[in-house]
This record gives sequence, C-alpha cells and structure tokens, in this order.
Amino acid sequence: MAGHSNYVPQSAAAKWLESRLPVISLIRGSFVDFPTPKNLNYWWTFGGILFFVLIAQILTGVVLVMHYTPNTAMAFDSVEHIMRDVNYGWMLRYLHANGASMFFIAVYIHIFRGLYYGSYKAPREISWILGVIIFLIMMGTAFMGYVLPWGQMSFWGATVITNLFSAIPLVGEAIRTWLWGGFAVDNPTLNRFFSLHYLLPFMIFGVVLLHVWAFHTTGNNNPTGVQPKSKQDTLPFHPYYTVKDLFAIIVFMIFFVWFAFYVPNYMGHPDNYIEANPLVTPAHIVPEWYFLPFYAILRAIPDKLGGVVAMFGAIAVLFVLPWLDRSKVRSGSYRPLFKQFFWVFALVCVALGYLGAMPAEGIYVTLSRICTAYYFAHFLIILPLLGLFEKPLPLPASISEAVLKGGSAHPAGAVSAPETK
Amino acid sequence: MSTMIKMVRVLSAVATLAVAAPALAAGSGPHVERQSWSFAGPFGTYDKAQLQRGFKIYKEVCSSCHSLRLVKFRNLGEEGGLGYSEEQVKAIAAEYTVEDGPNDDGDMFERPAVAADAFPSPFPNEKAARASNGGAYPPDFSLLAKARAAHRGFPWFVFDAFTQYQELGPDYIYGLLTGYEEAPEGVEVPDGQYYNPHFMNGHFIGMAPPLSDELVEYEDGTAMTTEQYAKDVSAFMMWAAEPHLEARKKIGFRVMVFLVFFAGLLYFTKKKLWKNVAH
Repeated sequence: MAGHSNYVPQSAAAKWLESRLPVISLIRGSFVDFPTPKNLNYWWTFGGILFFVLIAQILTGVVLVMHYTPNTAMAFDSVEHIMRDVNYGWMLRYLHANGASMFFIAVYIHIFRGLYYGSYKAPREISWILGVIIFLIMMGTAFMGYVLPWGQMSFWGATVITNLFSAIPLVGEAIRTWLWGGFAVDNPTLNRFFSLHYLLPFMIFGVVLLHVWAFHTTGNNNPTGVQPKSKQDTLPFHPYYTVKDLFAIIVFMIFFVWFAFYVPNYMGHPDNYIEANPLVTPAHIVPEWYFLPFYAILRAIPDKLGGVVAMFGAIAVLFVLPWLDRSKVRSGSYRPLFKQFFWVFALVCVALGYLGAMPAEGIYVTLSRICTAYYFAHFLIILPLLGLFEKPLPLPASISEAVLKGGSAHPAGAVSAPETK
Repeated sequence: MSTMIKMVRVLSAVATLAVAAPALAAGSGPHVERQSWSFAGPFGTYDKAQLQRGFKIYKEVCSSCHSLRLVKFRNLGEEGGLGYSEEQVKAIAAEYTVEDGPNDDGDMFERPAVAADAFPSPFPNEKAARASNGGAYPPDFSLLAKARAAHRGFPWFVFDAFTQYQELGPDYIYGLLTGYEEAPEGVEVPDGQYYNPHFMNGHFIGMAPPLSDELVEYEDGTAMTTEQYAKDVSAFMMWAAEPHLEARKKIGFRVMVFLVFFAGLLYFTKKKLWKNVAH
C-alpha cells in the first residue's frame, strides 16, 4: 500500500518520523494517493459507509457500557436507566440499536455488489474470504448484543440459538452447557455474551484492516471488472473518493437517523420491552430481521441437525464461491445470463427473509424448502454451469474505453436503458 | 445521476422489504383502531393537560393493581413531561409512602416519598399480585405502551416506516380499555374473566372493565367519558414508556436539517470536483 505513495517528507519532524516508522507514507499510499478505478459507481461507497457504521457502533457502545450492568437481575433496569436518566442515553441506545440494523443493511448491499460484479474472483479471493469472516463475526456480535437488554426476545432468542448446538452428535449437549456456563441461559451466559460483545467488534476492526490491505494489494474491482491498464483508468483516492464516499455516508446517515430519531423501535420487537422471564415463552420467537433468511433455511429442513448444517452451510458456501463460479468474466454487466440469475437469487434471499418471519406451517414450509433449495442450487449448480455454457458480451479494452462508450458500466438497469448516463 | 436514481429505487424497495420483515412476524392479533395523538408525527409533543388527566386516572383507578416502578416522582416535573412545578412534584410524592431502611436499629421503616423515589408498587411481588387478582398478573405500566406486539400486517408495516406511525401501543391500550362487550351468544365466559375482543391473548381478560363514565372527576371541563379516560391514560402510559419523546423528535429534526444541508453541499462539491473526469 505504501508503495503507491510518492510522498517525500519535507519537514524535519516528518523526516525523523518517516525514517523510523513510515506511517505517513503508509496512510498516504492507502487513503490519499491510492490509485482507484475512476468508474466506481455508488454501490462502491458501501465499504466506506460500513467503516463509518463500525466506528459509530464502537463509540456509542463504549459509552453505553459505562452505564450498563451485565447481571440478570439488573440488566433490564440498567438499560431503562440509560433510556430515562443518563443524559442523552436514549439517543446513544437508539443509535446503537438501530446502528446494528444499519450495519446489516449496508453489509448486505456490499455483499450483493460483490456478487454482481464478481469481486470475489481472482485475484481478490482473500479479500472476499476475509469479508465473509467479517460477516460471521458481525452476526455473532449482533446476536450477543441483542441478548444484553435481557428482554423476553433477548432471553428466548438466546435459548433457541444456543439450543441449536445441542444438535451436534455426541458432544452437542456438552457444547451447549459449555456455552451457557450452566444448565440454562442464565447469568453466566449473559456475562460471557457481554464480554464477547465488547471483544468481537475490535476483532472485526482488525479483519477489516486485512480486508482493505488485501484489496489494496490487488487494486479495487470496478463495474467493468477489467483491471486498470494505465494511469488514465484511475484517480487518486483523495480527493475524488474521499468526497464521494463522504457524500454517500451523509446520505446514508439521513436514512439512519430517520429510524433512530423518528421510528426507533420499528426494527425491534415489542416483547423486548418485557423483562426476560424463563417461565413465560413468547407467542412467537423471532430473531432480528437480519437473521431471518438464515432462520428460514434452518427451519426448512425437517431434521434439527440437518437444519443447523444447512444454516451454517448457507454461509460456508460463500467461502468457496471464488472457485464455484467458473466464468472468467468478472462483472455481471457482461454476463447476460448470470445477470438474470443474480436477480432471481436476490429475490429468493428476500423471500427467505419474509418466510423466516412467518410461522413454520402450511405453505410457508413448502416455500421455505423451495427457496432453500434454490439458494444452494445457485452456488452449487447454476454458477458452475453458467461458467461453462454462458457466452459473455465482449469486454471493453480498458476502463477508459468503457467509460467513453458509456452504458454497460452501470448496474442492473443498464439492460433496459443502455444509453442513459 | 441515473445510476443514483436507479440505486435509490432498488435500495428503497429492498430495504423496506428487508428492514420491515420483523413487523410481519406471525400472529393474528386483534384489530387495532388508529387514534389521533398529539405526540404522533415528526413534530409531535405531549399534551400536558392530557398527561395530567391521565396521571389522575392512573392514580385513582389503575394504581391499585398496576405498578409504575421505573417512573420516579421527579419525572413528573421534568421537561417534556406533565409540566408540574418542583413544589407540585414534592406534594404529589408526599402523598405516597415508601419503605426505607434499615435504620440504626436495623429495622425497615416507612416514610413519605420524596421526588427522587420511584412510584411504590401496589403489591410486594408477583405472587402477591396474582393472589389478589384471581391468578392474573397486572403488568407494570412503565413500558407497556411500547411492549405490546400488535401487528399491522402486510403491506401496512412497510408504509409505517415512512409515515412514522409508531403509536400502535397506545392505540392498542385505548382499544382494550374501550373494547369490553357483552359476550356473543353461545360464548361461555369463564368465571372471573371478562369478554373483550380487543385483548391480545384470546377474548377473555382477567381485568374487570376499569373505566366508566363519570368515574374520575375532571376539573378542566374535559368530557368525563370512558373514551376520554381511556385516551388520557393511554397518552400518560406512552409518556411513562418514552419520557424523552419530545426531545428525541426535536433533536431529530435539527439533525435532519443539518444532514440534508451538509449532503447538499457535499453533492455540489463532488459534482465540481468530478466535472472534468469522464467516469
């Protein structure tokens, strides 16, 4: 990354520092002079948006911890203490709770952008795999964070999810007891979840740095999927992308604060305003919205162990995606068939989310099974076959050529309106 | 720009579907009639007189069974609340007795409440509450207005994110309080239960109809009807559950204005910066 900087220290202090720790040229090389394809569209701003949300979550979280008590007898009341008595505590908590949802909205868009433009393909496999690892840690962090207010959904969600591990043959029961720190979800469980909820975001931060390091080594992908050929194809990251990303971050913040200030409980479940009660099971135990597609996959399989395997498999398959997609062409813009399957797949994912919120009965079960089957078929059958049979459109010689011609460097709608720009 | 417009279109479609899914969560609850509330919408504020009337109803009717353990007397005088003065709050608190101690002899003792105390609960614990209420547990009022999972169903919940409709809780409470009916023919109401089709857990509720016309004396000339009582106490419960609602909406608006303005500046900065770059 530092290699991209032509920075020469001028002042004596900068020279002194640079010869001992070349941190100025590292930062300049990564976030100032870094050559970035000039045709990145707004779907590419979600990386910056995610970085912003991560920092916002860590900052609000660190302050919330100053007022929160991780004890089953006091957790619920301490959250209400934050909401009622702590100065602007309600704002911190609503920003943090809605921030989790914003994180997932942004990450899902980011992942689907990667899927559409083939950002997982050589040479960016490691960036992609690191991204899937971030996604996994995020899910763990969000799940444990939801347990902390110790409401009814916190408690019963934790019970349902930890019980999944008992499906593992032979050692399942032992693992579950080990996770709980006892024989039921109780104070030791809350304590360890709190500890891990504080730890994991910093691990995410570390993996994010690796993720950035990896794609700064290979260079960004771009809407054409064609590697930059000359200096004409790229722009320095600053000021072009710092300003563009900041603009996108602020627009995203408008969306974020709409929820945090105006409909702060929209994405939460009302039952979580009832204190956890191990003796009363809520009528419907539903996970947070961002887990619903995976929850649907879990319930689609009539066997407990099978369901758990399918749920984790749904994420595991992402790890090998770079080798399942056999097409040499990266960008979906030049893959007429893939493009259609991509949108079908996106629809199936949204449908799975819907089905995850529905009761596991009747038509919903059938639909969940069909969608689950399609989810896996997309990765295991459709993508490998497309690579063999699809005839891609001719690729532009370079990014600059694609830009001058216009059209196909744009996402989805490019098919229907190739000339708009 | 067309990319942006397309993007906004796709995003809004996907985001609303994805984001709104929990509101879909299964369960066919009672039909909840929408009421108009002063605290609804982006500029909503509490009606102080209404909150004071609602508090009177809580004090004279509900508080014999329902606790309000997270609310403190001082909250009654805080900004965005009922608008009582410090003296009034002290006087209200002094009407209640709370247990304190132990004193130097090691004994618990009772004393008049002060502003810093929370509302004392009518029963020492849940078992005692159930024993006095035919097995039913009168829930605590502090968060009730946010804790009732009535469902709007598809497609209404999608619109709610944009119209900022989030008064389902007080709407539900109002519906319940005014929803007692004669049981239809052929329906056997169990002993000690009452028929109320607006109740979430089946049609039978352990609470006798708590309100009736002329039950509580209003001094400001407001109609003394069951409907008005129900409305006022629901508003009071919303305040109890969300005492900082006014500050939240007020600050939210300022944040919005700032962000929209800042985004506008950035948009033009970005446009100027990229003017000579084909991209």
